[in-house]
Amino acid sequence: QYVPVKGDHVIGIVTAKAGDVFRLDVGGSEPASLSYLAFEGATKRNRPNVQVGDLIYGQFVVANKDMEPEMVCIDSSGKSSGMGIIGQDGFLFKVSLGLIRKLLAPKCEIIQELSQLYPFELVIGMNGRIWVKAKTVQQTLIIVNILEACEYMTAEQRKQALAKLSGN
Amino acid sequence: PGETSVLAGLYGPAEAKVSKELPDRAALEVLLRPKVGLPGVLERSREQLLRQTCEAVVLGVLHPRTAISLVLQVLSDAGSLLSCCLNAACMALLDAGLPLTALFCGVTCALQPDGTILLDPTARQEQEARAILTFAIASSERKVLMATTKGSCSVEEMQQCLATAQRAATTIFQFYRDSVRRRYSK
Repeated sequence: QYVPVKGDHVIGIVTAKAGDVFRLDVGGSEPASLSYLAFEGATKRNRPNVQVGDLIYGQFVVANKDMEPEMVCIDSSGKSSGMGIIGQDGFLFKVSLGLIRKLLAPKCEIIQELSQLYPFELVIGMNGRIWVKAKTVQQTLIIVNILEACEYMTAEQRKQALAKLSGN
Repeated sequence: PGETSVLAGLYGPAEAKVSKELPDRAALEVLLRPKVGLPGVLERSREQLLRQTCEAVVLGVLHPRTAISLVLQVLSDAGSLLSCCLNAACMALLDAGLPLTALFCGVTCALQPDGTILLDPTARQEQEARAILTFAIASSERKVLMATTKGSCSVEEMQQCLATAQRAATTIFQFYRDSVRRRYSK
């Protein structure tokens, strides 16, 4: 199970709006809170358009065992740097935490090889969640299956699988 | 080859109800469901035994104000049920990745009227025995986490049963290792 850590970037699912604060499910033992002011260019008049069920990519500012975790979608200089509401369509799925760390390692061959197959958008959350969007639903599902299978495949098996797909 | 089997499911650490949460550690709850019928007093007492054993190994201070639920369903009972439940509980804790100080295993000894010690008795052997002792033994230096006795025996006999159980624990821990190895190497 995922344990929130300060500074980790995660994908959360909005479960409730409670006044000025959103409750997000991040896969930990309790929901995280996200203030509506923690977005780039958000003011009291200019609120972000967040609905229940939306996906948000953000990082933890408070995450210890004694307090409820708190997230924000801006970094220390006030810019969003890729964080915020994740767009429409795409596919969210869960993988093990070990695979996430492998994918986020500096020179990850899996993502390089996949990008040669089809162009796609990818968001990786340290809480084990990955969001993928490619041009068609079929391409998206193929990428999802390969990422899920990467856990158990060796490098050769992966290259073989990708070669078969790009041959098709 | 044993026919006693127990299915264990572990949930957590999850959000606890305000009435049940502890401010500095995780609240562990065990539910034991018998094969037939509703849970009765015997199940309740076994749940408490399991809970106290698990609380001794789980590092609850890492997850304050959370609830960890362990649900055990008895699938078949052919003797040595309590130690089967202990083993299932430990494997569930291990599989869920909860922080533990040590692993534990359950071993049942039956003391027969003539003094011989039987390990992991069947239901029939349990009935004929003079005393049945169940021990929960930790993996660190084979320390005793829990001991429960049904029937009467002398102190020396209990010591002998304990020593036998500690030796048997090694086999069970090896089984844990093999199972985990098989699970994580496809």
